[in-house]
Amino acid sequence: MIELADRDQVETIVRFDGVGLRYGRAPETLQDLSIELKAGSFHFLTGPSGAGKSSLLKLIYLAHRPSRGRIELFGQDIGRAKRKDLPFLRRRIGVVFQEMHLLEHLTAFDNVALPMRLSGQKPTTYRTDIAELLQWVGLGTKMHAMPETLSGGERQRLAIARAVVARPEIILADEPTGNLDHEMGQRILKLFTELNRLGTTVLIASHDLDLVASSGMPAFNIESGRLTSPYMDATEDDPADDLGLVASGEPEFIYRRPLTLSQEDSLEDEGP
Amino acid sequence: MSMAFNPARWKPAALLPHEEAHDGALVFVVAVLCFLACATAIFAISADRAAQGWANQLQGSATVIIRTKGSESPDMAASRAAEALAGTPGVAQALVLERAKAEALLEPWLGKDGIIKDLPVPRLVTVELDPSAPASAKALDKALRTAGVDATVDDHSLWMKDIIHAGQIARIAAVSLFALMALAAAAVIAFATRAGLSARHDVVEIMHLTGATDGFIANLFQARFAAMAALAGLLGGGAAALLAAGIRLLGGGYGLIPVLPIGWLDLLVALPSPLIAGLVAAIAARVTALGLIRAMP
Repeated sequence: MIELADRDQVETIVRFDGVGLRYGRAPETLQDLSIELKAGSFHFLTGPSGAGKSSLLKLIYLAHRPSRGRIELFGQDIGRAKRKDLPFLRRRIGVVFQEMHLLEHLTAFDNVALPMRLSGQKPTTYRTDIAELLQWVGLGTKMHAMPETLSGGERQRLAIARAVVARPEIILADEPTGNLDHEMGQRILKLFTELNRLGTTVLIASHDLDLVASSGMPAFNIESGRLTSPYMDATEDDPADDLGLVASGEPEFIYRRPLTLSQEDSLEDEGP
Repeated sequence: MSMAFNPARWKPAALLPHEEAHDGALVFVVAVLCFLACATAIFAISADRAAQGWANQLQGSATVIIRTKGSESPDMAASRAAEALAGTPGVAQALVLERAKAEALLEPWLGKDGIIKDLPVPRLVTVELDPSAPASAKALDKALRTAGVDATVDDHSLWMKDIIHAGQIARIAAVSLFALMALAAAAVIAFATRAGLSARHDVVEIMHLTGATDGFIANLFQARFAAMAALAGLLGGGAAALLAAGIRLLGGGYGLIPVLPIGWLDLLVALPSPLIAGLVAAIAARVTALGLIRAMP
């Protein structure tokens, strides 16, 4: 597990305690999950298709509520959280959805701007960051393109850009490199690693065991809705150095923009 | 196009997709409802005015039917009655109706010639009452008895009751119809909002999961449907005002339907139509949207 040198006190970003998830009357998709993600950690979540990786991520990004057990996010018991507080928790989470979930009626630029708009930021404070990020993910010439005109890989890169643009405290990515070629996959992984180095907690669901192994990052495995392996700690050396992509250069704004959007900056119920 | 894109000049796009196929149909349906509501209101006002006018006319006058006694001629009896009534407090004027005019009133039933000449046509005295303190039928009767004139006073109270009643029914019917139209418009908008949310479920879900508050998403739908309904209200209200203006213009001073005299100021009833339609839509859309969004985790 990667610990940040400048953090005196490690806080827990996600804690599951005996969590189960059931869809309708079907058997439990997730059973008795007890996990803990420390701030600044980087984990892979592995397991075969249908094992429950996406369901676990959905519980963290509050798309579902657990059928049983207790989930804490940023130290807050979500079972006791008021509904009005949930959007502010979600803004602290960046999600790369497996289905990407792009807004098809908005341009690439507008898609990436969505988290900033929803948190009430003024366009002047983020539009150059978006341009830089889109440039970095290879969509510099397609900022004004509609998602339907983009290839699968381009759509995935767009979804990744949207997930990281607000500098969330935790990034959840569901098969984020599934549609990318090896080079772009490694590049995106390097971005996540660099964001993690700056303090972002990262959890990536992937069934690509080669990618997981080559990253040297810790992983936990899930099968049939149950955790089948304990956490693997990272090696003491920074595994990002082993990726050989350090020279690619990350988008500058990730160093300028502070981690996550504070609640105080957010404008609730901003008019459309 | 993409090469010419300048991020410094970027303006955030509308978060909801523009111009869904059913939006045009919704504007049409709401416009029709607004048209019917405004037309109902305009005609209700004119019906109310007509009923009020008739009641005022009847309330301000009375008719006295004179019966002759002994050798006194009908003209003499009528003159004495008019004289006695004119001096009664609450009477502005009392005039004897000439025989020819009395016969003219009977003409539709008895014909122009023939038996009408042989009949003892009763003489009538029309009494114009003081509008500030009109004399009662009892007072008129007493004055006639004092003057020794055998007569019957008709203060039109029988007709007036019916007319006032008709006016009240017209008012209630108009208000009920108007309320029905507003409810129908709200129901249509609520249905359309639900359909709109279903059609844009993916957009709502992404915004919801990206950190949009329920109120923010509801605001988007509220603004969208309020704007559409306001446009529909403008079209429907404008069409109703045009129709009423046409009726007023085509029929000369009394309008095309003299029984329903439309005044120019009545057209102002259509003025708040966009505002009311927009308000109803905003409330319906907000309530519906919030209900559906809150079903999400």
